Amino acid sequence: MSGSPCVNIIGAGLAGLSAALELSRMGISSNLISSQPSERAQSVMAEGGINAAMDTMGESDSVQAHFEDTVKGGVYIGEEDSIRGLTQNAPAIVKELIALGVPFDNVNGRLIQRNFGGQKKKRTAYAQSSTGKLIMSALIDEIRKHEANGLVKRFSHHGFESVVTDDSSCCGVIIRDLFTLKAYELKGPVIVAAGGMNSLFPGLTTGSVANTGDVTAYLYSIGVKLSNLEFIQYHPTTAAIEGKRFLITEAARGEGGRLFVMEDGKQRFFMEEKYPELGNLMPRDITAREIASQEGGSCLLDMTHIDKSVWNNKLADLRGHVKHYLGVDPASEYIKVAPGIHYFMGGLYVDRYHKTSMDGLYAAGESACRYHGANRLGGNSMLGALYGGRTAASSASENLLSGPSDDIREVGIPYEYTDFSVPQSVAEPLARACAITRNEETMTDALRELEELDPSAFTLKDRNRLLLSEAILTSAAGRRESRGAHYRTDYPERDDTNFACRSVIAYDNGHHCLEFDKGKYL
Amino acid sequence: MTYEITVLRRKTPEDLPYEQTFRYEARTGADTVASALININRGSLTDVNGNKAEPIAWECSCLQKKCGACAMVINCIPRLACDSVLSAVAADDRIRLEPLRKFPAVRDLICDRSVMRENLKTITAWIDEEVSLKDDKDNILFEAGKCLQCGCCLEVCPNFYAEGRFFGMNAMVPVAGLLEKLPADKSRRLRKKYSKHIYADCAKSLACHDICPAGLDIEKLLVNSNAIALWKHLFK
Ligand SMILES: Cc1cc2nc3c(=O)[nH]c(=O)nc-3n(C[C@H](O)[C@H](O)[C@H](O)COP(=O)(O)OP(=O)(O)OC[C@H]3O[C@@H](n4cnc5c(N)ncnc54)[C@H](O)[C@@H]3O)c2cc1C
Ligand code: SF4
Ligand code: SF4
Ligand code: FES
Repeated sequence: MSGSPCVNIIGAGLAGLSAALELSRMGISSNLISSQPSERAQSVMAEGGINAAMDTMGESDSVQAHFEDTVKGGVYIGEEDSIRGLTQNAPAIVKELIALGVPFDNVNGRLIQRNFGGQKKKRTAYAQSSTGKLIMSALIDEIRKHEANGLVKRFSHHGFESVVTDDSSCCGVIIRDLFTLKAYELKGPVIVAAGGMNSLFPGLTTGSVANTGDVTAYLYSIGVKLSNLEFIQYHPTTAAIEGKRFLITEAARGEGGRLFVMEDGKQRFFMEEKYPELGNLMPRDITAREIASQEGGSCLLDMTHIDKSVWNNKLADLRGHVKHYLGVDPASEYIKVAPGIHYFMGGLYVDRYHKTSMDGLYAAGESACRYHGANRLGGNSMLGALYGGRTAASSASENLLSGPSDDIREVGIPYEYTDFSVPQSVAEPLARACAITRNEETMTDALRELEELDPSAFTLKDRNRLLLSEAILTSAAGRRESRGAHYRTDYPERDDTNFACRSVIAYDNGHHCLEFDKGKYL
Repeated sequence: MTYEITVLRRKTPEDLPYEQTFRYEARTGADTVASALININRGSLTDVNGNKAEPIAWECSCLQKKCGACAMVINCIPRLACDSVLSAVAADDRIRLEPLRKFPAVRDLICDRSVMRENLKTITAWIDEEVSLKDDKDNILFEAGKCLQCGCCLEVCPNFYAEGRFFGMNAMVPVAGLLEKLPADKSRRLRKKYSKHIYADCAKSLACHDICPAGLDIEKLLVNSNAIALWKHLFK
């Protein structure tokens, strides 16, 4: 069969689209594979904005300050060489998005930026409260151009099954058409951009239930290394709705929303009391723990003092959604909030070129682990997905198969139905042990419960999810310190002597092998 | 509150569809069609006649009306399952679910909406040059970027059919944004395509406007784009 070398991208959210765009600009073909079309990717849900030190607000913001905030936010275990690249490239990335027509908020064509969690400067560019959706729409249009010129081939209802390896390096991927349920093999290097691991925490996450983490779970089961799995970001302000947690974006606090509890009939603004400088805009881990530790647990968000013009111009969407899903009007009533799982800092271990531990296999976006260390700053993950996607693409472009690779071969692999959430017998112990505060006992108990389960009663996907759950628990139990999103009551202090580094875990011969990897790496 | 939920089912596109009814006990007043489907699939999967059933195939992702995945026909009206509170959509505690009917059926509540993406390709919904940031006073760019590509508007449109020349509002909305982004002298190609695939055959009855689950002001976008495509460029 004729054709040109081709890269396979799993996932069509921001990271996948960014990778496809970069490859198209290099004139390289790509297969853009996703279980649902781009419009359904979790990236469309991002609200608050994207960070870039462009100093539009006269606050002398700088790339250096963005770099330092990111390193500090990640509590000194994010990879600094990569964070350097991320923050340096951020202004150009936002300018590119503007050139594609993303309607960021502006005054007469001059970009405006706002405050976002953990950062003192106004460096978050936003499009009302639908930033992710607007960026996705512009990128989808741009990719469409390359679909029309034949460089990008979409497989928009195709799930990942497995990778094809040759001498332990990745040289292709098996995908399943979720309409016909037939499986196919595609050749070429593979970039994983399949998002977070929401299936492991049913009902507790703010993101898309279609981000099952199944790609990560499968890759772990065949020995690909994962990193920093213990770091799970709880967003401080979410509310329970059917089947998931509903996010009340940080922008609500960026625009002046205040957290409080009622005490003796009076509002007590506990964040402002304890943290006079950043107040309600402290990093997410601290805010989430403070909320969870309030007596009685009933924390409220007060936005009733916010200006009408701000509601109309910046928070209109948020107000509409809160009214619809929670039945309260935030302009005149308080909202009851509690923390919910919002982001997985951990994922596939990648080096600065976004290569995983398997040759020919790359990863980017939320499914990869590189920039966010022990905690991610609000507004840095869209940036990380865009920057990581293009970095992975340029690395994969150096590893194209020599021969033509755009032929597709049907393969006979039977289909097995699996729910998008892991069985309750796995979910329940995992959630209990990976709560906002953790300790040795609950984690080892949970691990034992998981080990006692009979995996033969599970589907293949659920067996892999079980392994991944064990890997998360093993990583969390192994990190005997508190850092960023990982807070342990039995080790409440940071321990830089032993743990100022990433954790790396690999599944080898039936064992979860965890190490704390202090070495500098590429 | 107990509901009887009837699902129009088929295993493959070739199969004749059949109905299967499930009894569903709502857990709260906020239960939606989406939560019912999730819980039915995770439960004992037994229909009202006591027969074992296969899991119901349907699509979802965000569960908060931001992604358009879960569009289906609910008691005769195209809606998002995650936006349809059971008590609000039920008639005598009964709810009937069907896939959208304007698209090829795939399995149970899933249909193949690829034609929407193909049409956007045909209408050349992209820009060829860089644009600059623009004051979006009338919220045209913002609204145009918010189409979910759910297909509900096509379901109710009397003039849309899958192989037709008329593309409907899921194509109009993104193109409305592109026309607004571009300076008049750069939008020739798009204006021509717009006239052919949207303007020429739209009856302007606006059934689409009323049904759009994203609440887009389709009428505003349509008026704006018609003006740009047909005459405004003459004066720019
Ligand atoms: C409510 C909410 C608000 C947020 N707000 C912000 C914000 O303001 N700023 C910010 O920077 N970040 C924000 N985030 C985080 C940010 O949206 C995500 O981290 C980012 O979009 C991830 O992009 P991605 O490309 O890695 O993955 P996603 O956009 O999640 O895309 C994953 C893709 O993989 C595909 N996929 C998944 N599994 C499979 C499989 N098995 N087979 C095939 N395909 C598969 C999916 O179909 C999808 O196309 C927010 C997140 C949420 C949930
Ligand atoms: S106005 Fe009428 S004809 Fe035009 S798209 Fe809407 S429903 Fe269809
Ligand atoms: S215009 Fe509205 S109804 Fe039509 S596809 Fe877009 S969001 Fe759905
Ligand atoms: S699941 Fe996203 S709109 Fe319903």
